[in-house]
Amino acid sequence: MSIRRHPLLLPILMALTFAAALGSITLGAVPLSPARMVAVLTGGGDEVARAILLDLRLPRMLLGLIVGGMLGLAGAALQGYLRNPLAEPSVLGASNAAALGAVCALYFGLAQLHPIVLPILAIITSLIAIAALFLLAGPSESPLTLILAGIAVATLTGAGISLSLNLSPNPFAAMEIMNWLMGSLENRSYAHVWIAFPCVLIGAALLIADGSSLDALTLGEEGAQALGVDLGKARLRMMLGVAIGVGGAVAVSGAIGFVGLIVPHLVRPLTDRSPSAVLLPSLLGGAALLTFADIGVRLIPTSSELKLGVLTALLGVPVFLVHLMRERRLW
Amino acid sequence: MVTLRAQDLSVRLGRHAAVTSVSTMLEPGQLAGIIGPNGAGKSTLIRALLGLVRPERGVVSIDGIPIASLGRKDVARRAAYLPQGQTLHWPLLVERLVALGRMPHLGPLSRLSPQDEALVDAALARADVIHLKGRIATELSGGERARVLLARALAVGAPALIADEPLAALDPGHQIDVMDLLRAESRAGSLVVTVLHDLSMAARYCDRLLLMDSGRLVADGPPMQVLTEQNLARVYGIAVRIEADGDWPVIVPLGRV
Repeated sequence: MSIRRHPLLLPILMALTFAAALGSITLGAVPLSPARMVAVLTGGGDEVARAILLDLRLPRMLLGLIVGGMLGLAGAALQGYLRNPLAEPSVLGASNAAALGAVCALYFGLAQLHPIVLPILAIITSLIAIAALFLLAGPSESPLTLILAGIAVATLTGAGISLSLNLSPNPFAAMEIMNWLMGSLENRSYAHVWIAFPCVLIGAALLIADGSSLDALTLGEEGAQALGVDLGKARLRMMLGVAIGVGGAVAVSGAIGFVGLIVPHLVRPLTDRSPSAVLLPSLLGGAALLTFADIGVRLIPTSSELKLGVLTALLGVPVFLVHLMRERRLW
Repeated sequence: MVTLRAQDLSVRLGRHAAVTSVSTMLEPGQLAGIIGPNGAGKSTLIRALLGLVRPERGVVSIDGIPIASLGRKDVARRAAYLPQGQTLHWPLLVERLVALGRMPHLGPLSRLSPQDEALVDAALARADVIHLKGRIATELSGGERARVLLARALAVGAPALIADEPLAALDPGHQIDVMDLLRAESRAGSLVVTVLHDLSMAARYCDRLLLMDSGRLVADGPPMQVLTEQNLARVYGIAVRIEADGDWPVIVPLGRV
């Protein structure tokens, strides 16, 4: 087993991301002939093909890449910061909290005031959730404490969303809220891209800047401090990076779970295992994974389109099983 | 060259007074051993010397500058820390782990320069673990791991090295290697402070011993002056026989007083 970074890791991930983007543009419910698509991409083409490609599929592809990249990166960064391979925005309740903020914005009609209200509220609730999580888990390095704190936060925010579902005035509102619980990229426009993109850019920059602090945390909190890491600042960057990035992403896609769990788990064995080395590959891998999953939900023939969160949750289960089997020394 | 000074230092951990009114001056070129029974406040004292715990009272200064007014990175470049029983959270390569020692000298996103890599190799060689370079740190034996972590601390290249029980988990041969190394560091001009439990080792290698009891510094001076039957009976509650073997005393514990 090699422990240095696989030389082909980044090229392969880039190729996968590119393939996912291409697939997302070319595959969908309405089949388009390659000739029609090429015509659109070269600036011509018929009106129907233009509308499908540029107004429906392109923003959806962009969102898949942006949201997926952010979720993958946030998972990798949280795992490094908390020194726990099971940490992930949805497992720890950050995604659910952001979704709760979005649901509140919709439920109380705040979202109609200004398009920025919904993402802002999502970022704030996700920040509160992460602060609560760090507070509940304390300085303890035990995975159990952290997971328990995460369950508490995730359950509470999930209950909030379920409550709004429960009290929703009509079935349409209930359907809308359900989108936030399970996540979807259906019917998204460029407006959504412009909400998510700046948030993800800021969030990703904050998390990537923390890379070397995450490496130092391999030696524990005091070990990292003795290497010159200002833990307070590192924690603040981590909290803001996850809240702004994941909050902004969830504000357009709803809570899509497990991307941040699956991707670092898959790419870590191909790196030198240091937390900083997992960040960029997880960003690329997350973008590719979510975009592929989004192609999947479009192509799987079901009466109504599958929600993305359903598919990613199904993919997340094997990761937990692998950890369980290692823990029980069955593998 | 670096001087560490504690003035009337008191540290409280929760409700427990871990260190009480300790004043001492540690100078370059010295190998200073901190000894005392379990729970005497040895580890807390060195953590306070590194600015890792906030003192309740008193001041720690490095080269005359109060540690609280220095940035974490400034402290890290001046004093390397080898914690006790360090846990490793990710299965890093030994090479990568030791390279973490260069962190205080690097910017947030910069990579190791060839000079940094040479210093990492030099640290691996000094701790006699260069052959483990390509191994995974979490899969090493306890002794190998302790020496790799020592190499990590040496890689910082700081003028002060503060080690908490570096001899735990080492066999007698490697204990001697590590003490030889710490002494060589101090002879080369570094300040080396180490917590020790083996009194004979402390007597043999250290230039100076600080004896702690219940958070207080009860004796501070050359080993022969600190390691007296009276002091050891009072602090450890043991009767000892002190035998002079050439230049060094050998301390044989006989039983409880």
